Amino acid sequence: MKFTVQVNEGPYQHQASDSAYLFAKAALEKGHEIYRIFFYHDGVNNGTRLTKPPQDDRNIVNRWSELAEQHNLDLVICVAAAQRRGIADADEAKRNGKDADNIAPGFRISGLGQLIEGGIQSDRLVVFGD
Amino acid sequence: MLHTVNKSPFEKNSLDTCLAHAKEGSAILLIEDGVYGATKGTAVSNKVQEAMSKFTVYALEPDVKLRGVADKVMDGVKLVDYAGFVDLAVENDKVQAWL
Repeated sequence: MKFTVQVNEGPYQHQASDSAYLFAKAALEKGHEIYRIFFYHDGVNNGTRLTKPPQDDRNIVNRWSELAEQHNLDLVICVAAAQRRGIADADEAKRNGKDADNIAPGFRISGLGQLIEGGIQSDRLVVFGD
Repeated sequence: MLHTVNKSPFEKNSLDTCLAHAKEGSAILLIEDGVYGATKGTAVSNKVQEAMSKFTVYALEPDVKLRGVADKVMDGVKLVDYAGFVDLAVENDKVQAWL
């Protein structure tokens, strides 16, 4: 079965991104397909490569990147939510006149249409947030 | 339909909203702080017990254990792990999160 997962909360602030990750991992382990993971609102903060959590804590951002690499996942960050919160890839940084980008490996920035399309193309849309 | 509730019923009214909207026969999965709704001897226990005549109530066991309330889960609540959560999402045609 095909799933799209929506994540509305940032890492370390709320359990939503942990729940979403563990759900996605369990779905993949059961042989299901994750069509897309869409990061919306504060959820876009899951996609900055500049985080440096303590060594004895889970690294939520790296964990997403690793899962994406292992399973060729499509991790999409909402562009409007990202611009408000300072999440940028090289193109976005250039377009908005910023001096750096910070997007983590495996993530890409796109629009809300990707959430709708994910909902249409998938059998289930599962939302995690606050 | 699968309904997920992730808020403590002692903090927010998501569980009430869910119970008011869910159709009979629905599955309700309590996750995150929502698992406090599955504990016995609280101000909402009777309400949840009553709801179990209309709905199947599940609680996410890892979240139950994280909060140290594994020995307080009321009878009739079914415990599932993340794989069980995935199965519930597959078995039900839609998943509605009451955030």
